[in-house]
Amino acid sequence: MKIKTEAGERHVLAITVDNEAGVLAKITGLFTARGYNIESLTVADITADHALSRITIVTSGPPPIIDQIIAQLDRLVPVHKVIDLNDAGEAHVEREIALVKVAGTGDKRIEALRMADVFRAKVVDTTLTSFIFEITGTSDKVDRFIALMRECGLVEVGRTGVVAIARGSEAL
Amino acid sequence: MTEMSGADMVVQALVDLGVDTVFGYPGGAVLPIYDALYKHPTIQHILVRHEQAATHAAEGYARSTGKPGVVLVTSGPGATNAVTGITDALLDSIPMVVLTGQVSTALIGTDAFQECDTVGITRHCTKHNYLVMDPDRLGPIMHEAFHIATHGRPGPVVIDIPKNVQVATGQYVIPEKIAHKSYRPQVEPDADAIAQAVAMIAASERPIFYTGGGVINAGPDASAALRQLVALTGAPVTSTLMGLGAFPSDDEKWLGMLGMHGTYEANMAMNRADLIIAVGARFDDRVTGRLDAFSPDSKKIHIDIDRSSINKIVPVDLAIVGDAGRALDAIIAGWQAAGHNGRDLGEWWRRVDGWRATRCLDFPEKKDASAEIMPQRAVKALFDATRGLDPIITTEVGQHQMWAAQHFGFAAPNRWLTSGGLGTMGYGFPASVGAQIAHPDRLVICIAGEASLQMNIQEMGTVSQYRLPVKIFILNNEWMGMVRQWQELTYESRYSNSYSDSLPDFVKLADAYGWTGLRIDNLGQLEDGIKKMIETPGPVIVDCRVAQLANCFPMIPSGAAHTEMLLQPSDVTGTMDDEAKALV
Ligand SMILES: Cc1ncc(C[n+]2csc(CCOP(=O)(O)OP(=O)(O)O)c2C)c(N)n1
Ligand SMILES: [Mg+2]
Repeated sequence: MKIKTEAGERHVLAITVDNEAGVLAKITGLFTARGYNIESLTVADITADHALSRITIVTSGPPPIIDQIIAQLDRLVPVHKVIDLNDAGEAHVEREIALVKVAGTGDKRIEALRMADVFRAKVVDTTLTSFIFEITGTSDKVDRFIALMRECGLVEVGRTGVVAIARGSEAL
Repeated sequence: MTEMSGADMVVQALVDLGVDTVFGYPGGAVLPIYDALYKHPTIQHILVRHEQAATHAAEGYARSTGKPGVVLVTSGPGATNAVTGITDALLDSIPMVVLTGQVSTALIGTDAFQECDTVGITRHCTKHNYLVMDPDRLGPIMHEAFHIATHGRPGPVVIDIPKNVQVATGQYVIPEKIAHKSYRPQVEPDADAIAQAVAMIAASERPIFYTGGGVINAGPDASAALRQLVALTGAPVTSTLMGLGAFPSDDEKWLGMLGMHGTYEANMAMNRADLIIAVGARFDDRVTGRLDAFSPDSKKIHIDIDRSSINKIVPVDLAIVGDAGRALDAIIAGWQAAGHNGRDLGEWWRRVDGWRATRCLDFPEKKDASAEIMPQRAVKALFDATRGLDPIITTEVGQHQMWAAQHFGFAAPNRWLTSGGLGTMGYGFPASVGAQIAHPDRLVICIAGEASLQMNIQEMGTVSQYRLPVKIFILNNEWMGMVRQWQELTYESRYSNSYSDSLPDFVKLADAYGWTGLRIDNLGQLEDGIKKMIETPGPVIVDCRVAQLANCFPMIPSGAAHTEMLLQPSDVTGTMDDEAKALV
């Protein structure tokens, strides 16, 4: 007997929660316990009184599973609101930041700098043998930049994961 | 606002919340609360013999009264022992508040004596949990916890209280009105959805009500509303294991339980219906059988307080999020306002009666006095003997549980206490303790299997201590019968570790605890034995010896459709493919 798995589409969820100990564990635990995917997760508090955090989760699954994920999140006691940003279609903005360290000298170093320029990555640190680039963009763009840097002496990457927000004047 | 110790706040909050009973077990990390209890004679503390039993007793108390059950246990092993009952309450939506002691805040995270990460361990088996780091927060948290446990879909809430927070003093604050900042379950159903439901029911030729534990949780008024709506529409009713009692079993519209060990007529009617009205039920795998064959031609209305239950397993045509009772009331009002008289369902009922004619709950038996007792007969005899006594029945888990569900009839809610979602052996006896505490003058009977009973048999001491007249009626087949049945069906009768070897002499055990012990060996002794059990004051254990190899039918084997029921032993073929074996 083989175990079957189902493919699905990528969704970006924005969740506001009480900024309290254990809430993140509750949310990530829900994903593991029910077998849902987490492709990326970011969290930080967003209100002046530090009472609320916003979690952005990139997940994937067939539509009924996405609905189920939202319903499951929504009924957790510390969860205030859950929004599927895909419901806004293309009408949301997604960004991710990566810090990319590249080491090397000579041609490779020049090539790395040239490429960074094309991607509008900023140099945030430099030594005679290394650069740290800061790149901001969609995950795709960050992926492509990192792939190119692999050819130019990439030694280390740190990524934030996706944050996203719907376009227009409405708030979550 | 009053300055008091954390422990006093806990007890004061219990008093303010109207709690009369706490099931618990002391230990180092809760000694301050125990000391505070000592000074508060209005709260009755029931000292169990194992913390798991405290949780099941609290469930029994809650399920039989509709009020939340309260548990008090110490840190570490006290808390971990409570986990099974907490999970059981989560799966069966039982309101419960569990207070656990914790090591002092300075020691948290140091692997201190009897430290465990209680909030971590219980995070996913509670509806919500708290670690209280400041005594000033105790008042609001206690009140909020009871609110969360009892509102929306009920469930267990854990409050973990470090010992220094119990000792320190602070301000006891009673929140004025609990409007939780994020938890606000939708109780009132949507009016448009109700109107649609009324129209769908009115248009249906083959409707069926499929009701669950949510109707019981919604209170006796919801059961009354269900009865009224069924009478108005004339539709048949089936229910899950957890929903038994919401609709009277002697009503002609009652088809019996559905699902794996449900009746033929209930399952066939679900399969052939053109409209299913699901009320407070969650399309559990034990109910649906093979999903792609589940009620293929029906439209489905799903009423549930928990939006995540809707479309989780079976996609439905109309979702109504809200309290079951209010939704039923609204449908009744809509039905009456529209002047519907109910369609002629005569053709549908003729088909239902055709399925009923299989008499699927009949079982072969010998009738002479020396004959061995069929377990179904024992349940029927118990039912007959207790008619009019309005008993509360609890069960353990296994064949006996299913036979009780099939053959014991209930006229009203809150009289049937069983572990449905988690299927916890060891639930039934402590649950009967909780029910008896809540209803000192009622007849409370635990229908037990000899194997399950041993999982919390230590509670005989609790029963003796509080002089509870609990009756345990063991259907003793000397097997983990349900396991043996599956081994027969799936593993060509290779009975791996399913024999109940080295059983105690239950009559002597009764004697050792100061109970009355009775043994029933054959059919001739059955009626008298039951009569004696009922008439004997105080706790009684009945070791009722039943046919050892009887199996529970009808049965939908796992992975099969409602229409593929096994009605009798001769339907069993004895082998199963891996796909079916992989299903629980
Ligand atoms: C705590 C726990 N462990 C294991 C099981 C699996 N299980 C389900 S029924 C059963 C046998 C129950 O035997 P008994 O109590 O004698 O009831 P019978 O089926 O014989 O009526 C077992 C082991 C369970 N449900 N719960
Ligand atoms: Mg048994």
